[in-house]
Amino acid sequence: MTHLYDIVKFGIYALMAFSVLAAILAVTVRNLFHAALCFAAVLIGIAGVFLSLHADFLAMVQILIYVGAVMTLVIFAIMLTERFGDNSSPQNNSLTLAAFGLAIVSLIAFSTISVKTRWPIQENAGALHLSVGELAYALLNTYVLPFEVISVLLITTLIGAVIIAKKDRVS
Amino acid sequence: MIPLTHYLIFANFLFVIGIFGALVRRNIIGILIALELILNAVNVNFVAFSQNTSPDPATGQIFAFFVIAIAAAEATVGLAIVLALFRVRKTILTDEIHLLKW
Amino acid sequence: MTSYAYLIPVFPLLGFIINIFFGKFLKRGAAWVSILSSLASCALGLPAAYEVAKTGQIFSAHAEWLTLGRSTLSFGYLLDPLAATLLFVVTIIGTLIQIYSAGYMQDDPRFSRFFAYVSLFMSAMLTLVIADNYALFFMSWEVMGLCSYLLIGFWFEKNSAANAGLKAFLTTRVGDVGFFLGILTLFTATGNLNFTELESSVHAAGATPALALAALLIFCGTIGKSAQFPLHVWLPDAMEGPTPVSALIHAATMVAAGVYLVARSFALFSAFPSVMQVVVLIGTLTAFMAAFIALSATDIKKVLAYSTISQLGYMVTALGLGSLSAGTFHLMTHAYFKALLFLGAGSVIHGTHSQDIREMGGLLKKMPHTAWTFIIASLAIAGVPPLSGFWSKDEILLAAFDSGNKIVFFLLLVIAFMTAFYMFRLVFLTFFGTLRNHKIHPHESPATMTGPLWILALGAILVGLPGSPFFGHWFSNFIHGPVTQGTHEIHGSGAVHHALNWFVVGCSVAAGLGGILLAAVFYLGKLNPSVWVMRTFKPLYDLSIHKLWFDEIYSVLLVRPFLKLGQWLFIFDQKAVDGLVNAAGTGTVKSSNLQGWIDKHIVDGLVNLVGVVTQLTSATVRRVQTGLVQHYLLITFVSVILLMYFHVKP
Repeated sequence: MTHLYDIVKFGIYALMAFSVLAAILAVTVRNLFHAALCFAAVLIGIAGVFLSLHADFLAMVQILIYVGAVMTLVIFAIMLTERFGDNSSPQNNSLTLAAFGLAIVSLIAFSTISVKTRWPIQENAGALHLSVGELAYALLNTYVLPFEVISVLLITTLIGAVIIAKKDRVS
Repeated sequence: MIPLTHYLIFANFLFVIGIFGALVRRNIIGILIALELILNAVNVNFVAFSQNTSPDPATGQIFAFFVIAIAAAEATVGLAIVLALFRVRKTILTDEIHLLKW
Repeated sequence: MTSYAYLIPVFPLLGFIINIFFGKFLKRGAAWVSILSSLASCALGLPAAYEVAKTGQIFSAHAEWLTLGRSTLSFGYLLDPLAATLLFVVTIIGTLIQIYSAGYMQDDPRFSRFFAYVSLFMSAMLTLVIADNYALFFMSWEVMGLCSYLLIGFWFEKNSAANAGLKAFLTTRVGDVGFFLGILTLFTATGNLNFTELESSVHAAGATPALALAALLIFCGTIGKSAQFPLHVWLPDAMEGPTPVSALIHAATMVAAGVYLVARSFALFSAFPSVMQVVVLIGTLTAFMAAFIALSATDIKKVLAYSTISQLGYMVTALGLGSLSAGTFHLMTHAYFKALLFLGAGSVIHGTHSQDIREMGGLLKKMPHTAWTFIIASLAIAGVPPLSGFWSKDEILLAAFDSGNKIVFFLLLVIAFMTAFYMFRLVFLTFFGTLRNHKIHPHESPATMTGPLWILALGAILVGLPGSPFFGHWFSNFIHGPVTQGTHEIHGSGAVHHALNWFVVGCSVAAGLGGILLAAVFYLGKLNPSVWVMRTFKPLYDLSIHKLWFDEIYSVLLVRPFLKLGQWLFIFDQKAVDGLVNAAGTGTVKSSNLQGWIDKHIVDGLVNLVGVVTQLTSATVRRVQTGLVQHYLLITFVSVILLMYFHVKP
């Protein structure tokens, strides 16, 4: 039992490490298409992390929406603007050094905060299973207003995106 | 079974990498990818907290849903802007777009 | 059968989906799709209605839809006597009219589109009929409004049709907003929108002003949809649509939905005698006014349109007098004979390609089927026994008589007289005498059109019988049975009558026959006193032929003032504001000339000093504003980190 437990635990840490590695690649590789693929790997890794948190449905949504829809959009955009995506031109700007320093500083700062704060951890932490039905109930009762607002937002986005991206008759 | 702090540090990594990417990428699509990374880091935090500290575990997950929906909306509009920009100015590199300059 | 009642509106909806997407490929088959879908609704709806009529039970079921705080919105169906009556009317008339339309619309280029809209309308109407709460009711109500708009403007190439559609939509909108506010008020006051619990919740809440307001606002919906005064102006213009549409939507079903709304909310209305008085007032006023205008109308469809408004006013009056059964009964009989009248008019228009009754005449021989069915319907609306209209009109008159309100009773009698007169004016001018315009070559319509006419004629003769004394006033017992337990005892006039009141019957028959007789004297004989009457009562005649100047009044009171205001504001802007700006400009120039001298010699030195300092500073600071988004992002992020640092640090 303990053995299996350790294997699973190790697997999760491996997944996290893999995600972080993929994320680093996603923001550093020169070829944008490769970056997008690395990003997809990160998303799948995060879906795995959600699974380890017993958020099964969220993991599925993550795969469906991010890997399925958002990634497709990104890859489309990359292909439509192809000549900027390859590695002929530098992909990073002059801020690299400053940004790197800032990243390291903030990483240390945030991690310190995370470790030092005493979080009010529940007794049954880590063992809460939530069925899709309960989620749906919460979504359509307690959070029905934000839910409707989100739907309005999405339809607005749809129309807005079409209007922005369509061919302009004037110019 | 994995302590909350480890999840938080993992999310910190993603967040910081996202910030780094958003700062250094020249290509707008690259920036968008980095922004999505940031949002994902936030999602990991939401779910981890809701699993460990909240009396109602649904809350965090539902916020994560909302974040995903908003991220999808953001990606859509962002990419539409990229296409419009590409059509009008023939470039999607940020350092060639500096109309906001003095 | 009743447990599948929720499927009744689904079939027409399927018909709509098929026709709207595949109508182009179906061509003439589109009519079949719609007719079959309506027949399916008939096949489900009629047995269900029969079940209700036989057992006198109420069938309903609902599912939760949305929980908002403490209250729950549900949706479901409710089959009670009222709904059963409407089902009986809507399914049969809807199907017959669609069969008729297949003949009437046969050469139209947008044939399938027409049937798609009609199917959508049927679906919405049936949903409305079996809806068990206000929310669902309102949704189907709005879909019907949309269909009405689309179908009135169906021949949108014609400018007047497009305008009429817009006018109908905007005018009913005024009422619909009221209706919606009424629903919200009701929901706030009682926390309940279900019809079945309406009565108990109204009793529980007591007769509060909020509920009275809710009732009045809900009545606004009726005023808009059922074309009551002062929002009646859209219905005559709605006649621009194809005639079957006028028959289905603007005579038999949709406009009756307003009356149905009052009947549905009867428990709410009857709790407030003052609101009921408003209802009676509006109803009587509408009925009288519309009948008065109909006296002089010359367009065959306009006459029928005003007649519809008048009869709807009759029904509203009946409901306002507290007689649920009389109002509903008249709704049912009216749907049959008015649909028949419109279809007959459509047949006449189809056969003569004219709508002006002054050009027609002597069509009896050329179009016998149309003529005879039309005459049957006219007899029915005039209230000649034993046709259906007689029984229902008699019920209403009896209710008015029993209420003790002599003025209303007298007005209703006068309206009955006027109704008989203008209907037979129409009949005599159209079908008797000789053809006045010889360019017209009338011909009888095809069997797809005359068939439904005869079936409806049968209905116009027979549907009155269930409410007649021969069947022991079965209908009023049926309606009053489960719906208004408790309320009709409070309002005595709603109680069930078993004895015939011969005085009322005599008055009613005398009014009907008198009207017919007068019309015969005017338009049938050689005397022709109509010209003389026209001259003697010229002011009245003018008033009637100009439709009481309603459109003009609205134009003067509402439309033009807004246009004027706009123009006036524009002129104000141009003259006053611009003038002011110009004056300010000139003044500034003059004073600045003076100041210029001072400036140049004294201030400039100082300013130059400031300028040099500013230039030096900005030359360094402006480098921050690079125009590069990521620099801004960096600055923002660093600031956030710093703020966090200062905040977290104790």
